[in-house]
Amino acid sequence: MAEKLLEVDDLHVQFATEDGIVHAVDGVSFELERGKVLGIVGESGSGKSVTAMTLLGLTRGVNAQFEGRIEYKGEDLLTMSEAELRRFRGRELAMIFQDPMTSLNPVYKVGKQIGEAIRTHEDIDSRTTRNRVVQLLRQVGIPHPEERVDDYPHQFSGGMRQRAMIAMALANNPDVLIADEPTTALDVTIQAQIIELIGRLKDEFNSSVILITHDLGVVADVADDIAVMYAGRIVEYGTKRQLFYDPQHPYTWGLLGSIPRLDRPKPDRLASIPGSPPSLINLPQGCKFRPRCPHAFAKCIEHPPLENRVAGTPPHLDRCWLTVEEKRDLRDLTIHGEAAA
Amino acid sequence: MSSNGPLVETIHLKKYFPIKQGLLQREVARVHAVDDVTLQVFEGETVGLVGESGCGKSTLGRTIVRLLEPTEGDVQFEGHSIAKLGRRALQPLRREMQMVFQDPYASLNPRKRVGSIIDGPMKIHRTAGKKDRRKRVQELLEIVGLSPEHYNRFPHEFSGGQRQRIGVARALALRPKLIVADEPVSALDVSIQAQMINLLEELQNDFKLTYLFIAHDLGVVRHVSDRIAVMYLGKLVELSPAEELYTRPIMPYTEALLSAVPIPDPDLSEQRHRIVLEGDVPSPIYPPSGCRFHPRCRYATEICSQVEPPLADYGNGHLAACHHPLNVDAQTLQRVAVAPETPRAADETALPEDSSGDSTPVPSG
Repeated sequence: MAEKLLEVDDLHVQFATEDGIVHAVDGVSFELERGKVLGIVGESGSGKSVTAMTLLGLTRGVNAQFEGRIEYKGEDLLTMSEAELRRFRGRELAMIFQDPMTSLNPVYKVGKQIGEAIRTHEDIDSRTTRNRVVQLLRQVGIPHPEERVDDYPHQFSGGMRQRAMIAMALANNPDVLIADEPTTALDVTIQAQIIELIGRLKDEFNSSVILITHDLGVVADVADDIAVMYAGRIVEYGTKRQLFYDPQHPYTWGLLGSIPRLDRPKPDRLASIPGSPPSLINLPQGCKFRPRCPHAFAKCIEHPPLENRVAGTPPHLDRCWLTVEEKRDLRDLTIHGEAAA
Repeated sequence: MSSNGPLVETIHLKKYFPIKQGLLQREVARVHAVDDVTLQVFEGETVGLVGESGCGKSTLGRTIVRLLEPTEGDVQFEGHSIAKLGRRALQPLRREMQMVFQDPYASLNPRKRVGSIIDGPMKIHRTAGKKDRRKRVQELLEIVGLSPEHYNRFPHEFSGGQRQRIGVARALALRPKLIVADEPVSALDVSIQAQMINLLEELQNDFKLTYLFIAHDLGVVRHVSDRIAVMYLGKLVELSPAEELYTRPIMPYTEALLSAVPIPDPDLSEQRHRIVLEGDVPSPIYPPSGCRFHPRCRYATEICSQVEPPLADYGNGHLAACHHPLNVDAQTLQRVAVAPETPRAADETALPEDSSGDSTPVPSG
């Protein structure tokens, strides 16, 4: 069995605001093994980014409250002091942020910013640092890295900036790479390049990746396991194949149905999920997807636990009260809309 | 679709942005944002406009509704040239052409109530009295799937998808004929995107709208469009009936764009042969010679860097500009004619009937 790097157990994150308590993450658990890619999929407000940032202690603040455990190689990151955490951040777990335009400091050279990430953890001279940075830039596919290392962020295109961000994240050869919507701000052609790059570098650096995205198409390519999040909870968890070929939760069906597909004939109407995600301050009782779910029934008022209802191996978990047979009957209609009806 | 000729068309339209430098603000270079684009949009149809960022698709949209001034070439609305019209003369035309913007957070004034945002265009154009306008606003709110009670709320009280609905209601207020939608769904979540696309399609049927739908997402574009135009670095490189573009792309750039779209199906995704384009889009200040796509094209040969390929007509309204067209049989290749949409800068020997082939493109000084 592969080495287990990270184990998140029943993580809760709450923020106190003027309007009330925001339940951003509400009991999230998952594991990550070395060399694996975990995709976390969900819409804005589903808690996917807060989960990722909490792993690195980036959500700590006076108004934030945490519960649960985040175990990395046997140590609990959640209760660790800020100073201790700093040893891990960047060296053991690193993050690629969503927006390469705002994540780089515009007044420092790209090379200096990447070098800073290295020198935070290692005591090396500036020449060695520079050579390391040039090599990193080469690894992430930036042409003429010897010259580009002295450029400012504005001299880089969007795709190149994201590559620079990846180089910075990889600078200390981390075991866990967290990519938070790494391609959302990019064109499809560049997105394809970046996803391929992350997949290749994962093998080169022998790390694991948590890939956070709202796009099921992106995870279909590179992920091993997928967690679908809705309103702070994981509503479905399984291997890539389980999730795409035997989806169990109506929210997953809705997501799959709302993507305009190029590989299928065009439907008259796209299947869409009615309404919008709930406020994280006033969450609905029971299943949080209930108000938007076309298949909701009486029992949905009770909180559905995350269980292996299909008895899948490896476990395929979901939070939906419908029986497995009912789901298999209903879902084609939801995913393919009127075209299949 | 009507046969009465296009609702709006651009004729050899160019839009360059000058780059000025120094004390005297001398022009040192130009950004070739839109470079010689001839495109027709017919009444009742949806033309999808796709390309990577920086390809000039938004600039083209904005120039068509005259938010930007054309550098050269013409824009015609219902057969009348509007490229040179002044502010006053444009006023009545503004009622016919409206725009839906990309970012629902930036395109609504945060200090105005929803009612007055939607009322704005009607107030400016004095279409009705105060009471009637209020009624119309409430009606519009219902049309786009909001509640009339939202009249007195502020934009920040709404989610992204709801805000975009407000933007659509504002665009509909004057009952326009043409709506230029500039990436109307790219800032929205997937499930909300589908709602929005369905809404736009319903509105088109109900109000006989014509759309120019600008987007970078080929999946979304396929869903809404009758015809699709692909732009690369300011040039129109392929124009095709929607479905045909996906089954039979002619231009290698289109092929690459299509293969970059992720497919939410692991098996298909694995089987598929992916063409990953190398590098970035070159600078539109100094575009490459010949075919602008040649530095990134895997089929490029010597001719591609020297001669700009003309837009050729491959039949069935499918045009493409390429020296090495894909998915075309030898017979079709024999009889392809150069399309009247061909840029003028193209190799002139390939254009025997340039002057007679087009209506009346008057070059401007």
